[in-house]
Amino acid sequence: MTAQAEPSDLPDLPEVATADPAPGLPSQRGGPAIDSPSGRLGSEGRVLNVFSHGVLALWGLMVTLPLLWAVMSAFKTDKEIFTSPWALPTSLHFDAWGRAWSQAHMSQYFLNSVIVVAGSLFGTMLLGSMAAYVLARFEFPGNRFVYFLFVGGMSFPIILALVPLFFVMKNMQLLNTFPGLILVYIAYSLPFTIFFLSGFFKTLPSSVAEAAMIDGASHTRTFFQVMLPMAKPGLISVGIFNFLGQWNQYLLPTVLNVGDEDKKLLPQGLVALAVSQGYKGDWSGLFAGLVIAMLPVLAAYIVFQRQVQAGLTAGALK
Amino acid sequence: MQHGKYRFIVGFLALPLAIYGVFVISPFIQAIYYSFTDWTGLSPDFKMVGFQNYQRLWDDEVFWKSVGHNVLLLVLPLVTLGLGLFFAFMLNVGGRRRKNAAIAGVRGSSVYKVVYFFPQVLSIAIVALLFQFAYNPNSGALNSFLKAIGLDSVQPDWLGDPQLALWCVMAVMVWCNVGFYVVLFSAGMSSIPKDFYEAALLDGANRVQTFFRITLPLLWDTVQTGWVYMGIMALDAFAVIQIMTVGPGGPDYSTEVLAYYLYTKAFRDGQAGYATTLGVALLIVTMIFAGIVMKLGRRERLEY
Repeated sequence: MTAQAEPSDLPDLPEVATADPAPGLPSQRGGPAIDSPSGRLGSEGRVLNVFSHGVLALWGLMVTLPLLWAVMSAFKTDKEIFTSPWALPTSLHFDAWGRAWSQAHMSQYFLNSVIVVAGSLFGTMLLGSMAAYVLARFEFPGNRFVYFLFVGGMSFPIILALVPLFFVMKNMQLLNTFPGLILVYIAYSLPFTIFFLSGFFKTLPSSVAEAAMIDGASHTRTFFQVMLPMAKPGLISVGIFNFLGQWNQYLLPTVLNVGDEDKKLLPQGLVALAVSQGYKGDWSGLFAGLVIAMLPVLAAYIVFQRQVQAGLTAGALK
Repeated sequence: MQHGKYRFIVGFLALPLAIYGVFVISPFIQAIYYSFTDWTGLSPDFKMVGFQNYQRLWDDEVFWKSVGHNVLLLVLPLVTLGLGLFFAFMLNVGGRRRKNAAIAGVRGSSVYKVVYFFPQVLSIAIVALLFQFAYNPNSGALNSFLKAIGLDSVQPDWLGDPQLALWCVMAVMVWCNVGFYVVLFSAGMSSIPKDFYEAALLDGANRVQTFFRITLPLLWDTVQTGWVYMGIMALDAFAVIQIMTVGPGGPDYSTEVLAYYLYTKAFRDGQAGYATTLGVALLIVTMIFAGIVMKLGRRERLEY
């Protein structure tokens, strides 16, 4: 939303460079500086401002250039990618996109990811909010024990459990199946979800729930019709967090979903694509696949940037 | 209020607990148990071998090499947090003064934040693949950039060079994570009251001083949590190593880390028992790290 603010900055820059930093000279825009003891701070602020923008823009370039480079390469021919990696494509070639989307099964991987993440996200939110609600608002023996059992799961590296988990899945006939992956995703998302949501449920006023109970609603009904709607902001934050975590998950499917080629999830399929296209030398197809995987998430992020930033950093702020 | 309360509690907790127990708790406990066996993972037969796996670990050169790399990866949090703090401070305090305000953020600060956050929303698999191409010595973005600015003679082999490979991986991890900390610290900084800066500036402090005397102490809790967070992530590093590096594991084990070594032992070499031992070792390294950070960082919490 501040995209409009950026251009208005540009006319400032030359002026800053030539402006007289003499003390006491009020700048046209700033008005009288009431609080400054002298002009020293004013001039310091200007130099600093240029320096800040310079440094910040430099890092911005470092972040965006690799991404732009990938997008650009997806429109090139293989020969262009090799001979002039930084030049703009001579003409826009869309054939690589088609190759990646249909021949290289990117469409299939995409669909697989959608199925798994839809199931696991729904399950995580439902089960997580149910457990969090009970743990946050009901007293019963063992409450704290169960809570710390869940929350303790946040601090252990998943990789430690990976080997036995593989055999647990194998014995339950869940290896290489979508329901199996969904269950595992739910299980490993529960600790943070419960930690975050139980904190959130605790802050909600109890009077509303009590009123619902007096009106004859059951506990279950109170939860679904009164408390869940009230917890919507918290659910959105933790939902975004879980969505990105599960959509981008690479380690778990790499180990637990090694069956059929066409059952791979998106990140996994992309890596497989990189290996096979690498042999074939189809670099443009590879870049197209990369961009196909990249763009939807980036687009969704730009639309929901505020919520995404808040959702992802919520964990560390608590 | 009481009627059906326990039935409700049990009804709501049973399923989440069951899923969590089967897929998280039981594998963790089994991992510790299997680390004392000679289980291959291929046959159902195995026997207890006591501390034999741990003894083997002690003499395993590749294991120590991986631990060394993992410890080196722990330098990463410092660089990432440092850059994160620096950029966040720039965003919040580095701007030109406006009327009536002693300090101000730069204009367009949320644009910067949006851009810096890009890598965070991408799958680590995408990021790793992208940089694998960028590091390609023949046609990659980096070497052709060096050529373009006239450095034809400087054409490193990047991931193929045992001296450079691990640093290349670390650069990618820093690239990926700085944005997260900029946003995190920026949120923390914007909640510090402006009067503090105003008072300090009136007293003649410069901005560097305000950073070390005001911003950092008030933000310390967040920095510490961020450090632990980042460290745990750096200790893993599985995806980047597996996707990006040659081998994988790098030329001559130069990018081997515990997580990837564990994976190869379990799923390639059929040494599931030994692999879980490596997992326990990784857990111990993680706990030592978290303990050190907590101990080093212990300070009185400042209320404001």
